[in-house]
Amino acid sequence: MDFQLSEQEEEFRNEVRSFLKENLPPEGERNAADFLGNWNAKVREKRWVGFSWPKDVGGGGGSVMEQVILKEEMARHRAPSLGTCFMGLAWVGPSIIQYGTEEQKQKYIPDILDGAYQWCTGYSEPDSGSDLASLKCKCVQEGDEYIINGQKIWTSIAMWSKMMILLVRTDTDVDVKHDGITCLLVPMDAEGLEVRPIRNMGGGAMFAEVFFTDVRVPVENRLGDEGQGWQVTVSALANERSSIAEVYGLRRKMEELKDLARNTRRAGSAAIEIPSIRRRLQRADIRIESMRLNGQRFLTKQLRGEPLGSETSINKLHRAALEVEMGELAMEIAGSASTLMRGSEDALENGRWADFALGWPEVVIGGGTPNIQKNIISERILGLPKD
Amino acid sequence: MNFGFTEEQDLLRAEVRKFLDANASLEEVRKQAEGDSGFDPKLWKQMAELGFVGLSIPEAHGGAGLDLVTLLVLLEETGRSLLPSPLLSNVVASQAIQQFGNEEQRGRWLPGLANGSRIGTFALLEQGDDLSPEGLCLEGKRDGDETILHGRKLFVPDAGRADLFIVAYRSGGAGEECGLAVVERQAKGVSASDSPAMDLTKRLGSLELDDVRVAGDCILAESGGGWSAIQRLIDLGAALVTAESVGAAEAALEITTNFAKEREQFDSKIGRYQGVKHPLAEMYVDIESYKSLVYYAFWALDEGAEDAALAISRAKAYASETFPMLGINGVQLHGGVGYTWEYDIQLYLKRGKWMRPMYGDADYHYDRIAQLGGL
Repeated sequence: MDFQLSEQEEEFRNEVRSFLKENLPPEGERNAADFLGNWNAKVREKRWVGFSWPKDVGGGGGSVMEQVILKEEMARHRAPSLGTCFMGLAWVGPSIIQYGTEEQKQKYIPDILDGAYQWCTGYSEPDSGSDLASLKCKCVQEGDEYIINGQKIWTSIAMWSKMMILLVRTDTDVDVKHDGITCLLVPMDAEGLEVRPIRNMGGGAMFAEVFFTDVRVPVENRLGDEGQGWQVTVSALANERSSIAEVYGLRRKMEELKDLARNTRRAGSAAIEIPSIRRRLQRADIRIESMRLNGQRFLTKQLRGEPLGSETSINKLHRAALEVEMGELAMEIAGSASTLMRGSEDALENGRWADFALGWPEVVIGGGTPNIQKNIISERILGLPKD
Repeated sequence: MNFGFTEEQDLLRAEVRKFLDANASLEEVRKQAEGDSGFDPKLWKQMAELGFVGLSIPEAHGGAGLDLVTLLVLLEETGRSLLPSPLLSNVVASQAIQQFGNEEQRGRWLPGLANGSRIGTFALLEQGDDLSPEGLCLEGKRDGDETILHGRKLFVPDAGRADLFIVAYRSGGAGEECGLAVVERQAKGVSASDSPAMDLTKRLGSLELDDVRVAGDCILAESGGGWSAIQRLIDLGAALVTAESVGAAEAALEITTNFAKEREQFDSKIGRYQGVKHPLAEMYVDIESYKSLVYYAFWALDEGAEDAALAISRAKAYASETFPMLGINGVQLHGGVGYTWEYDIQLYLKRGKWMRPMYGDADYHYDRIAQLGGL
């Protein structure tokens, strides 16, 4: 075991640190539009947007270890994100790089790196959630066009996106349901495409239903082969596995929770002195630390070139539990004030914690529910029979 | 960056596994544990010859001189087999002498502890079952160059067979004035025996010291050691117990998983039901997580890292909260047969009971984390 960085890695870390020292203003000033515009241009120039992507498509060609270092330093210094096209950078871009034609790469990759517009993801359907491969959104070819009819749901930021990566069923006559799925790149302004935002339980609307009525897209908008859609979406998700960004996010939230517990008085003492609160804070703390170290073990496997399977479900389960627990904990620490929402002068920190306590489903359900993660672990790692 | 083992450590693991598979099947383990001494002295001797017993003792004193991360590999495997042996006790005792003794004392005791001819253990707890300085009452009265020890130690690991006791005693009236004495079993006024306990693979007993006279050169860390030396032994013990609990928990999970793959009810293997497979997945998550925590803790100990004690307490708190539950769930998932003496899963349930308070339960370690600045 050795947690030291190599000389070259150390050098890279210093480069990142001095960049941050030079370019990152004090924390209160990091949301200003002119700063953000400037920041985006600068990190793009450094090729830290799409840092893991090959250099010939405009990425940074960073090694796995360098990716970790970059993420860690950004998270530690609470820097703004690297690039603004979130889903484009997370999985649309990697899918296009791996399966796209030369034309598709040239057409879409630079815009994703520049954050020219947003992409959204049309995977889930009303009857195909956890069982995604059962999706039915119908797609038939007519001449050099595909015609799409059906519905998607839980499509995050659909109302603000210009493009969608969409999974459709092109073949219903297959033995394995995964084989009849095809991946398309669809402009959101296509005729017959309708977006209806869904109000979530927190009162906001981040996701939407998307309806397709005879929507036509050119065949050249297909990503990968017909029937290859499942593979296209699954294999592009492999990325560095250190969980480092999530860990820093959770740690920051924990520090805020501890401050809340220190500053809130309950029945005559600071909430942090209440044994049950203390234990829960510490338990959450330890879970976060175990996520960090689990991530280091996964990373070690990745650096050694060993195949990484379903172990990453471990940290997904931890994170899901922590998102719920930390919201609950905030409410137990703060009591009644935490149930008031923005708009009330008596609300705790302008309703921030109330929003948090109502916001967990985005993370907990969004990336595959905890029950699905447990199926993955028990079937793929422990080898139990499929449910 | 490398959070994994070296090739040598992987080879050691394979060697240990082969040895234990040949000599410590659960059938064998039951026999060894149910015998009078609670372990197999012949096997112990073989382990010493293979270098396992003195793994972390310096070469100059007859050991293999390997680091604690390498010892961790050995402990994961002895834990996996539930091997009944005084290995943990012996490691704590030899580390006490190594860290807090002088060169003459190391030369006097370590070779015997390394070659397995003598067994050492750490006698700390007393009536109050309290791991803080306040819990240490056994008095050591100075009489010229000698110290006279009088009192009773409880929950002493392997008390029945130990030859050397590292005895924590109170040298002053209060607080941190304490010391560590090396007491030979044959010394006048010493009596020690095992107590009947839940986990037959881990012996616990008591040590009576009736005005036992200890020479000056048998006192460790007398000058300036105080409580901090004792605390370091508690930390070390907690790390060792957690390391063994990784292997033991993995075995318990494997046994239960295999049972769920075979057992049929309602015309299906029960492992197909989410009510069965999900608890098993949760066990896997917990084991992998405290495994990561304890791996890091061992590395931090070897490196003398500032956060070593904190890392140990995190690992032990997590393990103490989850491993005992894992044993209970394992028995429950077996159904009726899990309750029988014949089935093996109950052995792991008992190991969980043994490990929970050993060198501090979760509450103790949560408090320790807070004390170390972790809250």
